[in-house]
Order: sequence, then C-alpha cells, then structure tokens
Amino acid sequence: MRTSAVRVGLVFPELLGTYGDRGNAVVLVERCRRRGIEADLIEVSAGSPIPVDLDIYLFGGGEDDAQVMAATGMRESGAAIASARSGGSVVFAVCAGFQLLGTTYEANDGEILDGLGLVDLATRAGDGRCIGECVVVPDAATGLPTLTGFENHGGRTTLGPGIAPLGRVTTGFGNGIDGCDGVLADHLLGTYLHGPVLPRNPALADHLLGWIVGPDALTPLDDHLVDALRAERLREAQLTGLAARRRDWHLNRG
Amino acid sequence: MTTDPENAQRHLTPRARAALALGGLAGRASKMTGRGAGTQVSGRVMLAVAPDLLADVARGRRVAIVSATNGKTTTTRLLADALRAAGLPVASNHTGANMPAGVAAALGREPDPEIAILEVDERWVPKVIDPLDADVLILGNLTRDQLDRFGEVRSIAERWRTVCDTHPDLTVIANASDPHVVWSVGGHPNVTWVALGAPWRSDAATCPECAALLTWSADSFRCDACGFAQPPADYRLDDNTLITPEGPLTLDLTLPGDWNRMNGALALTGAIVGFGIDPAVALTGLRAVDVVSGRFSDCRLPDGRDARVILAKNPAGWTEVLRWLEPRATAVVLAVNAHVADGRDPSWLWDVPYELLRGKAVAASGERALDVSVRLDYGGVDHLAEPDPLAAAARLTGDVDIVASYTQFTHLTRATW
Ligand SMILES: [Zn+2]
Repeated sequence: MRTSAVRVGLVFPELLGTYGDRGNAVVLVERCRRRGIEADLIEVSAGSPIPVDLDIYLFGGGEDDAQVMAATGMRESGAAIASARSGGSVVFAVCAGFQLLGTTYEANDGEILDGLGLVDLATRAGDGRCIGECVVVPDAATGLPTLTGFENHGGRTTLGPGIAPLGRVTTGFGNGIDGCDGVLADHLLGTYLHGPVLPRNPALADHLLGWIVGPDALTPLDDHLVDALRAERLREAQLTGLAARRRDWHLNRG
Repeated sequence: MTTDPENAQRHLTPRARAALALGGLAGRASKMTGRGAGTQVSGRVMLAVAPDLLADVARGRRVAIVSATNGKTTTTRLLADALRAAGLPVASNHTGANMPAGVAAALGREPDPEIAILEVDERWVPKVIDPLDADVLILGNLTRDQLDRFGEVRSIAERWRTVCDTHPDLTVIANASDPHVVWSVGGHPNVTWVALGAPWRSDAATCPECAALLTWSADSFRCDACGFAQPPADYRLDDNTLITPEGPLTLDLTLPGDWNRMNGALALTGAIVGFGIDPAVALTGLRAVDVVSGRFSDCRLPDGRDARVILAKNPAGWTEVLRWLEPRATAVVLAVNAHVADGRDPSWLWDVPYELLRGKAVAASGERALDVSVRLDYGGVDHLAEPDPLAAAARLTGDVDIVASYTQFTHLTRATW
C-alpha cells in the first residue's frame, strides 16, 4: 500500500483540453478517493515546465496551433518525462496528445514535426476528418472490456513494427490505417477516443491506476450510472454501424 | 437621415415583390402546419424566387450587423430598442433567424423603417455584408460553439478578417477583450474598441497572429512573441458602468447577469458611435428591455406550474448561466441533447462547472441524460436522472429552472414561438 498521494498531472489544459479532457483527470482522482487512496489533481499550465514527480501524465486533445505549442513544451520537458517513465510513471494520451507521443506528426500546413518519441508511431494528415461514435475492442489478454468513445480527428496514425494497438475498431475509424485504435505499451496508453474516454470506460481508468497502485488496491466501485451510459452508447454505435453497413451494401449492389 | 421612409418599398422590383409575397405565403403555411415559426421557410422561398432579394430589401437603409458566438440576439434587441427610444424606426430580425434567408424575410416583413439592426450568424457575415451594403459592424466574441466543428473559431476569425480588410468604410465596434475579435478587426481604420472583460478564456490560449502562448493579466492579454496585444479601449465596461470618453454611464439593465451587461455595453456603444444617439436616451431603451426571445422562455409543467427555460449553447454559455443561477435557483433541470445543432459530442460537459449546483435539487435530463448524470456524479452533485425534462421538472419542488441545449430549448419552447 503506497503512503503518498497519487499525483495525476493534467498537462497544458489550456492547449490540450479541447474535448473535455479534464474529465479524464477528474475520474482518475475521484476513483482513487472513493477507494480511500489519496490523490491530487495537478495542473501544469502551458508555458511551465512539466514536473518529473507526477504519477500519471495526461495529454489531451487540441486544435492545430495549440498542438504545435504543446509539442514544443512537451519536447522541452522530454527529459523529465523520460525520467519519470523509468521510475514507473504512467503516460496516458488522447487524440492530439496521442499523436505527440510518437516520433513525428504532420501539422495542418503539411510540415512534419517531431513528437516526444516515447513510442514508435507516426501520424500523417488524412483526407477528411474522422468524426463520430467509435467502439474499440481490446485484446482479451488485456482484460479490458469493449471501449466506447467519440472521435474527431484528421490524423492517420501508423504503428511501428511490434507496437501493439489499444484494440480493434468495430465502429468508427481509430488510427484510420489498419482497423485498430491507439497504442498500448508498458505504462503507456494512447487513443483517439474522446467522450471523455475515462468517464465512459471506468475499467480503462482502473487499468491506468493499477499500474500505479497495484491491482489489489482497486476495490470494486458502484458504477451503475456509467454501466447504463456504456450500454446506451454501445447500442447507439451498433445502430450507426448497421446503418453504415446497409448503406455500403446498397452502394455495392447498385 | 434624409431617406424617405417609403424609399425601400417603392424601389422593389416586381420580382422582389413577388418573392416577398410568395415567401410570406410559405411562411404562414409552415406556421399553420406547426412546423415552426415559418421565418426560415419563407426566407428560403424568397431567395429562390429572387436571389438578389437581400440587396433589394436592404436598399436605402442604414444597416448594422451584429455578430458573435454568444449574445448576438440580445445585443441586437438592445441596440434596436436603444434606437427606437430615440424615435427612430427600426427593422430587425427579432426572432433570431440570422442566416441570409431569415434576414431577407425579416426585412421583407418590415419594408418601411430606414434603419435595419440585424443579427447575423458568425459564418454568414461575409456573405451578407455586400448585399446588405452594411454601414456598421458590431463584433462581440468568438468561442467554441459546436464542439465537433474542429477549427471553427479560427476559420470564422479568418472570414471576419477578410470582411474588415476589404471594407475600410465600415464603422466597426468590437470587443477589445477577445483575442480572436481583435485579430479579426486587424488594423481597420474606423474601429471603436469596447473592453468588455474576458470571463471565458479557454478558447483563446494561443496567439491568433503567431500561435505562441498568450499571456493574460487580470484584464488584458498580450503575446510576448509577436507583440499582438489587447488594443487600448475607447469604451470600457466596469461592473455596471460603461466608461466612455464623455464620462461614465450606469447601465442598470432589467435583463439579468454579467453577460447581459456585456451585451448592453456593446449595444450602447453601437447606439452612440454607430448612430449618434444621445446616451441618456439610448439607456432608457436598453433598460426597458425585459425579455429577449431566444435565451429565456417559460414552459408549462404537467402539474400547471410554470418553469423558466434558459438556453445554453456552448461551454461559455453554460458557465455564464450556472454562475447566474448559483445564488438564485433552488431546483434545476439540465436538459442536454447531442444533435448536430447541439454539438454531437457532449464531452464539453466536463468543461462546465456543474459543481456550482451542489446542494440544489438537480435533475439530469434530455436524450443525453446519462452523460449528464455521470458528469454530476463525479462532480459530487446529488441528482435524479429522467430523460423527459418536463417529467424531470415535475419531480422537483418549488420554482424550477430548466437549462437546455439548443434542440432541447427549441423543443420545450416551440409552443410559444
Ligand atoms: Zn503572437
């Protein structure tokens, strides 16, 4: 049992907070507190160095200019993040933040910019934006349930050889290349899912927390509200998926 | 103003007259079949019959365009009534129909007044500025509206900037406290800056000019990288007072909330600078406005009580409404949908301080009641969940406020439109 509070870092919320990303941090902190585990939400404002002593580094979604600024700040604090990673800290990143974990990404003017390089993945701009409900099924070995979220991005992300995605996309686009979404590595998780994703998928929040506090500390919580929301969203995505498939079928025949 | 009041009507082409007549017919038909207020339908018919109708119905009038993400309906109404208080006849799209069709329909209905005060949707300003031959442009604020429209703030700012660059003769009245508005206006030769204060900064973290991080102090912003900065204000809102070059003016509006003081300050400056109205006279007009269609409405609950319905369209709007309700309300229904007009992604729920509602009787409602419910749960707000907002309100005692997203608001208030 750890004695110090879990430090959940919300990095650059002014830049990487376009899609309610604060919600992910709130859920991580609250799910600790409900189990009697002390937790603090630490906001790292844009322009400040990212500290080395956070347990979870949360990078959210952002628009083009904001992503460029965030990338600069993240690279400047790259050594601190790498040092925290080697000490067992967790990195969790969504959308623009997910792209920035990789080696490179394409800015809206076509320029190829450097990411943090924490994991071997690269992002190019695609034709048109991927917008809508998205469902991702993680590999059974992860123990994670089907994930629900809302995606809204123009990037197409390619994982390097041997890099595992978060899961297989059954509705929506995800990484937009090979039917998968996100990235899953040791103590590192990236995804295109908003919603925000952790309020909609408490098991994913607990997966991240488990890396910090150990799985035994994760006593069950009353998630009946979220369960109802998850069921509704998954049903909705299934209907959307059916409609899309029916449309494709008619198009192919016609 | 020497324009003959009959001028506009007399110069209409036969085609324009036919368009107005047919559009009116279509509008009445649409209203009778219960499909809505009829304004959009009649406007669409009008523009189909006479594509140049906007120019025809605006000819010979002095036209002011009011645009913003939040507050344009109210600012338009306040400005129109400030002018009416001075005895000037004013045509206006007071129902909030703010796209070209709605603007044409509104002007078509009121051919006589020589002044037109028109609310225009942010995205449509470039399309209507020339047909309307606008004289005055009033720009309030630019924040995220529907969340799934990525890059929307930036793209609107660029369109506004083109309008300002290519129309140096406009009289521009603009909010000096909003970085995107300031950037849009650029170096316009005829601008009056009103500093309204910036309660919502979340959508203006980076410099619109060079994308570096903006530095915010208590009441202004600047970019240390390129020097882009808040311009010195000609008019400045300080709580309930508009500081003007001629001295302070106390607003004392009937309309509630800080956001309405901002609308009032902008409208008052518009009346003074854009139309030369005596401030004291303009103020009597502003203060007399007690209801504005579009933001507040009432609806009847199944048990006969009346509930107040408040529109909240985006995170900035929700935050304003909650801050205003916090000291006043006892029972609040939060009615949220996620259709295109609401924004299909309700993740903005996590940007709004619902914690302000702790201790009140609260219901999570609308088609996305479950998203609201999970948000409230993590925010420590006790609540019940009921998708039907009227049924939800019926389960709360006392006076009920229903805060509603766009399609919930139009649904709940359709009967009164
Ligand atoms: Zn700058």
